[in-house]
Amino acid sequence: MPYDPSNPLKDRITDIGPKSYEEFLPPVIKNNFGKWAYHEILEPGVLVHVAESGDKVFTVRVGGARVMSISHIREMCAIADKHCDGYLRFTTRNNVEFMVDDQSKVEPLKQDLLSRKQPGGGFKFPVGGTGAGITNIVHTQGWLHCHTPATDASGVVKAVMDDLFDDFTSMRMPAQVRISLACCLNMCGAVHCSDIAILGYHRKPPMIDAEVIDKVCEIPLAIAACPTAAIKPAKIKKPDGTDAQAVAVNVDRCMFCGNCYTMCPAMPLADADGDGIVIMVGGKVSNRISAPKFSKVVVAFLPNNVPRWPETTDCIRNIVEVYAADAKKYERLGEWAERIGWEKFFEKTGLDFTHHLIDDFRDPAYYTWRQTSQFKFTA
Amino acid sequence: MKHKTPLLDQLESGPWPSFVSDIKREAESRAKNEKGVDFQIPADVCDDILGVLELTYVHKRTHWKHGGIVGVFGYGGGVIGRYCDQPEMFPGVAHFHTIRVNQPGGKYYSTEYLEKICDLWERRGSGITNMHGSTGDIILLGTHTPQLEEVFWELTHDIGQDLGGSGSNLRTTSDCLGKSRCEYACYDTQALCFDLTNEYQDYLHRPAFPYKFKFKFDGCPNCCVASIARSDMSFIGTWKDNIRIDQKAVAAYVAGELKPNAGAHSGRDWGAFDIQKEVIDLCPTNCMAWDGKQLEIFNPECTRCMHCINVMPRALRIGEDTGLSILVGAKAPILDGAQMGSLLVPFIKAEPPYTEIKELIEKLWDYWMEEGKNRERLGELIKRKGFQKLLEAMELKPLPQMVKEPRTNPYIFWKAEEVEGGFDRDIKEYRKYHQR
Ligand code: HEM
Ligand code: HEM
Ligand code: HEM
Ligand code: SF4
Ligand code: SF4
Ligand code: SF4
Ligand code: SF4
Repeated sequence: MPYDPSNPLKDRITDIGPKSYEEFLPPVIKNNFGKWAYHEILEPGVLVHVAESGDKVFTVRVGGARVMSISHIREMCAIADKHCDGYLRFTTRNNVEFMVDDQSKVEPLKQDLLSRKQPGGGFKFPVGGTGAGITNIVHTQGWLHCHTPATDASGVVKAVMDDLFDDFTSMRMPAQVRISLACCLNMCGAVHCSDIAILGYHRKPPMIDAEVIDKVCEIPLAIAACPTAAIKPAKIKKPDGTDAQAVAVNVDRCMFCGNCYTMCPAMPLADADGDGIVIMVGGKVSNRISAPKFSKVVVAFLPNNVPRWPETTDCIRNIVEVYAADAKKYERLGEWAERIGWEKFFEKTGLDFTHHLIDDFRDPAYYTWRQTSQFKFTA
Repeated sequence: MKHKTPLLDQLESGPWPSFVSDIKREAESRAKNEKGVDFQIPADVCDDILGVLELTYVHKRTHWKHGGIVGVFGYGGGVIGRYCDQPEMFPGVAHFHTIRVNQPGGKYYSTEYLEKICDLWERRGSGITNMHGSTGDIILLGTHTPQLEEVFWELTHDIGQDLGGSGSNLRTTSDCLGKSRCEYACYDTQALCFDLTNEYQDYLHRPAFPYKFKFKFDGCPNCCVASIARSDMSFIGTWKDNIRIDQKAVAAYVAGELKPNAGAHSGRDWGAFDIQKEVIDLCPTNCMAWDGKQLEIFNPECTRCMHCINVMPRALRIGEDTGLSILVGAKAPILDGAQMGSLLVPFIKAEPPYTEIKELIEKLWDYWMEEGKNRERLGELIKRKGFQKLLEAMELKPLPQMVKEPRTNPYIFWKAEEVEGGFDRDIKEYRKYHQR
């Protein structure tokens, strides 16, 4: 019985929550739940987990674009029906995992996955993303769906992953490298703890849409939204000559975060030249060896050169290569940078150290200045 | 295709899966409509997605409007409203609302379930999804307003599936795959996540908080779902007793019979495995020793960082007295800078019905709902009011585990009741002995 718009509350069901995960576990997983003994990465993208019972589950991990059509999902379902008894799973980093319970089923599955190509030549299901390599980039919505982005998401990720593809399918890094992208400071993707973070950033203060601001905005909310108190109430002349309640932005204090725009649609700040990308590095979330770390800004601006963002892909490739050549086994990017010292990080990567990289935001800034005479000379 | 997309077309080459090719594929499938689907939103919606995105690549500014409050009746979250600022040019995406669907734990699926979601989204939406959003939900990307109730009805009635959270709600909870496939899991992340999600449905769907609130569940300190960096309350598995050692397997690693780090480094020649260099010397607490035959761990000094276990998963196992640590207050930079989770409860058991954990959650929410300002994340409140206030509200005893080091300033806020005789004194009495 379908929904009846004239009687919307009739037979309504609410608050049933998600489906239970138990319905979706492949039998071999269900049978050995909580009884796994060890695992091994057999080759890039292929894992085996061995249970105490001796049962094994083989996983083939493939990359996905996160933005997925239902035709693509249906194709995955067909593969899972053919090889995996109708089960599959996704990872937090938008990879897809196909699981089988016998080693003999791995190769046919892998070949099937790798044989499927897009018209432009790209893999539909590239196998990889395990171990000390570069796995899928987690990212946000970007120009495809959001109202505040300073850069695209899917397009940048496609460009970067094309460039790093060989490191998705291999494991030559000193440790895993997690790359994330958020298309604005809101960081829906929480990129602030990634080995390499690609962050969309505006560089111009908001405009004031005088014609409508007094109608569409709660002015006190816009004022309160500004973290640097850059906004104050002001009277302005509307195009029709009448006075209106509006706001003025103290440009010196604006850090272009876009919070005011989130609160007030009459304060847009997007700009073709102003917007671009900040590169941050050295963050991690794992507690392994060293404590979790925030990422640090190492490049203050790269332009939105559509459609392939060459400056961004080059910058990331450079950082990855220098890290891969210089870091010790097991050393995450941030651990490496801290060991050699950040001044050496800039020397080795050849990245330009500019005044934009010295923190000037409130208290946290002070803790990042050097308070010792111990430092290294760089060329 | 309906629109020319010369810029986007350049994103079709290269080895990585192209979302442009994928959206084109959906556009073609809708144009052909071989199954005779009775599309409820324009059949050319995917053409218009590409059209508007191409225009965005030309302008380098988004074409999605700010604003648009939509939702389903009785819920304050789960649907994100979205309108295009060029609706005449791209009528298919004039509305392009998103629906967040609460994903199952560990993100395991049956194809039967996914097909149902696909059918629904083919008929009533754009056919484009995110698998998955950053918080974890299945994201159904783009439909028109009149479809929202219809989608919700079919989700609940035909698929038995609820929406996720958005707005000032409990957000969709998410977990690592935990015990289902990981030998490191110290508690059942999926069970706890599922239990709490169901327990707190009301908070997931009806905004009652100052701002968003996230639970994330990691089975061990490796933190595969990044709970420590992005959840207001993170649950990280840990153990209290000793790391279990299989000395024979240790010897096998040393002899090169087993691959270190489960084979994660096989892409290059790092030389023979050196247990001294790769394990003993890297242990951050220096609590391990290797005499050439026996591996010893002085467990009271171990901080359970996981390194040695990660390197030798067949030789070392987490202890048997397992539970979890609770950390609170992580968030991304907006507004006051990024915050990492801070340790609130060093160890708690995680066994159904999780009564103790729920008591803590409810105390925490009471405090935040009472004291938090509009749009203030829990982490910001803790920073503003201080950790001591939080402990007071939570009725927890202060422990040295909660801090990295004691304070470096002696500006201690004593309370009247903590000082002999209190704060109330008589100035006249004082003046009897001290001239003005
Ligand atoms: C026309 C009015 C508005 C519209 C259409 C709108 C729309 C949205 C949308 C679509 C999101 C992303 C959804 C999400 O991630 O959950 C969002 C996020 C947010 N909105 Fe609004 N909003 C409006 C007004 C407001 C107002 C008045 C406030 C606060 C007083 C507000 C506070 C927020 C906050 C704090 C977020 C942050 C993200 C989050 O918690 O997810 N919004 N808004
Ligand atoms: C209207 C524009 C917005 C859109 C389309 C949007 C979209 C999204 C999406 C799709 C997610 C992942 C959700 C999930 O998986 O459940 C997300 C998460 C998030 N959003 Fe937004 N959002 C918007 C606005 C905002 C705003 C205004 C803020 C902050 C003020 C914000 C902060 C976040 C954060 C911090 C997360 C979560 C990241 C995490 O889970 O670690 N978003 N958003
Ligand atoms: C048997 C299952 C798994 C094992 C044994 C495992 C092992 C590990 C290890 C050893 C780390 C180490 C961190 C470090 O060296 O700093 C880690 C971190 C991580 N893993 Fe896993 N993992 C497993 C499953 C997954 C899955 C399914 C995902 C999702 C794709 C995942 C995502 C992550 C993430 C996001 C991190 C955090 C990395 C960071 O610090 O930024 N893991 N995992
Ligand atoms: S990071 Fe910013 S621009 Fe990107 S989806 Fe989130 S709110 Fe939108
Ligand atoms: S962009 Fe941010 S800093 Fe600038 S005025 Fe708006 S809220 Fe304030
Ligand atoms: S967080 Fe720990 S238990 Fe969970 S998947 Fe990662 S390694 Fe396994
Ligand atoms: S878990 Fe970490 S701290 Fe504990 S013994 Fe192993 S390496 Fe050392």
